[in-house]
Amino acid sequence: MYFLKLILRNSFRHKLRTALTLAGLVVAIVAFGLLQTVVTAWYNNANMASATRLITRNAISLVFPMPVSYRQKIRAIDGVRAVAYANWFGAIYKEPKNFFPQFAIDDAYLDLFPEFVVSEAERRDFQRDRKGCVVGRKLAEVYGFKLGDNLTLKGTIFPGEWTFVVRGIYDGASKKTDLSQMFFHWDYLNEVVKQRYRRRADQIGFYVIEAAHAEDMARISVEIDSQFKNSTAETLTETEKAFQLGFVSMTESIVVAIRLVSYLVIFIIMAVMANTMAMTARERIGEYATLKALGFSSGFVAATILGESMLLAMLGGAASIALTFPLAVEFSKHTGSLFPVFQVSPDTVMLQCACAVIIGLLAALLPARHAAQVRIIEGLRSIG
Amino acid sequence: MTAPLVQLQDISKSYRRGTQIVPVLTNISMAIESGEFLGLMGPSGSGKSTLLNLIAGIDQPDSGRLEVAGIDIGGLSEARLADWRASNVGFIFQFYNLMPVLTAFENVELPLLLTPLTRRQRREHVEAALALVGLDDRKTHYPNELSGGQQQRVAIARALISDPHLIVADEPTGDLDRESAEDVLRLMQTLNADLGKTIIMVTHDARAASHAHAIMHLEKGELSAREENFRP
Ligand SMILES: Nc1ncnc2c1ncn2[C@@H]1O[C@H](COP(=O)(O)OP(=O)(O)OP(=O)(O)O)[C@@H](O)[C@H]1O
Ligand SMILES: [Mg+2]
Repeated sequence: MYFLKLILRNSFRHKLRTALTLAGLVVAIVAFGLLQTVVTAWYNNANMASATRLITRNAISLVFPMPVSYRQKIRAIDGVRAVAYANWFGAIYKEPKNFFPQFAIDDAYLDLFPEFVVSEAERRDFQRDRKGCVVGRKLAEVYGFKLGDNLTLKGTIFPGEWTFVVRGIYDGASKKTDLSQMFFHWDYLNEVVKQRYRRRADQIGFYVIEAAHAEDMARISVEIDSQFKNSTAETLTETEKAFQLGFVSMTESIVVAIRLVSYLVIFIIMAVMANTMAMTARERIGEYATLKALGFSSGFVAATILGESMLLAMLGGAASIALTFPLAVEFSKHTGSLFPVFQVSPDTVMLQCACAVIIGLLAALLPARHAAQVRIIEGLRSIG
Repeated sequence: MTAPLVQLQDISKSYRRGTQIVPVLTNISMAIESGEFLGLMGPSGSGKSTLLNLIAGIDQPDSGRLEVAGIDIGGLSEARLADWRASNVGFIFQFYNLMPVLTAFENVELPLLLTPLTRRQRREHVEAALALVGLDDRKTHYPNELSGGQQQRVAIARALISDPHLIVADEPTGDLDRESAEDVLRLMQTLNADLGKTIIMVTHDARAASHAHAIMHLEKGELSAREENFRP
């Protein structure tokens, strides 16, 4: 009790210094949390990948297409429950910064992704409308899309103006479902392509395969790829997770840089706080000497410094974690659909706690050691 | 006649300043009887504080034997010495050395945290000590809300709270005006006369020294014979 009182009062002795230290801590730990959340968001789709879905793409690269005719052959392979296909559309909505993924899909596609939840009525409306599209709830919120609205995109891979009608808005089966995608009919795309660029007709970007049993997946992917060996478009089949990670790895260095910066921020505040604690301990060296003269142990003196440092770090940590959640929501609003799912994960909160503890411990380490070791007569001489 | 409370035999102490070794005390021998009130005088730098610190167990001699109440404190480990100080020595410093974040009450209570006393027992002790130094109405004041004289009285209450045999005071009136100094000195006389505390007081001030039973002078590392104070 008495010890806590001493620590508490010592902590708030220099109000301004304490306030500035806390502010620095909060800025650093919040920044750390947000940066970690960016990294998590980056890997979200890979982590949310289904365990029973395979993706087949052109073996050369994702940007090369495959014939739509492969579907039948893949479907015939033992253990395949369903096959769907899609094309990456890559068009721009008004401005390039309004990025969201668009896919031209076949009728089976949405059935393979039960995490995209569309009401039956909307699903029917979508099927009936050749130019219909389905958008994620987050897209609808960010850009104000409503059912029945026209949605015009400027094509890049498929140049020209493309107008769709919003027929459905999907929700997520889980909080981590990507709600920023847009789907429309591959048949419509193919129809237009046939007229405009004849040679690119009847081509698709990737197949999605649902395996009946997870343990068959390795065999199925080998069978698919050997099936199309030596054909015009050889294939590469991998799990959905591996496929998604392939996307992320294209930008891996950015992620590494973000991670690095997040730890650097923590390191800097640790140095700042260590300096503050050292300054504080130096000023109080006479008090520590007095405590020791009265019979208190070196350990007690070190504990008061460690306690003070931990108290500040814990206060800063708690405030930071509390602030990270609303700030993440704000951050997500301002980045539009760039991060489909931007949520502070429990892991991030744990890391923030760990950072606070480590900052508190390390900042106190040297000053506490010094205060414990300083000889009483030296400390007493500093008074007066 | 019982054995002296404090006994020094051939105590030497030097400090190292860089590569140079500065001898401060050389072969000091002295004895202080229980119940004594001794004034220690001498020019600045003569080693008065050093001698006092050795007796109080916050510094260790280079050589010689130093016994307090029959215990060879020169041979104690640092941790044992700390425990020994907590129950055997009361400290009064020139600049009071109170904890600025603690109230008068809490400052006096501080040494009792090293004892097994209950909270309630501690309160009783602290209240009695504060009453003795005439500060029972200042319990909740922080040091910066008290005058120098009052702060020193709080420090005196702290020095006697754990009921030590020995009280050491290094220029206890060095930072006080004459009136406050008188109060503090009278209080120390009370501790000596009524509570039977043995007091060793370092001072520059002859007036302060005149409150002691006897005076010893330290000069160039050597101790003069004691002079008895004539007391009316
Ligand atoms: N920790 C130390 N390191 C080096 N030299 C020291 C140390 N402590 C004391 N000295 C030296 O030892 C000598 C005696 O110091 P001490 O403080 O005992 O003197 P003093 O008689 O109390 O003087 P004053 O009246 O000024 O308080 C001085 O020359 C001082 O500079
Ligand atoms: Mg001195």
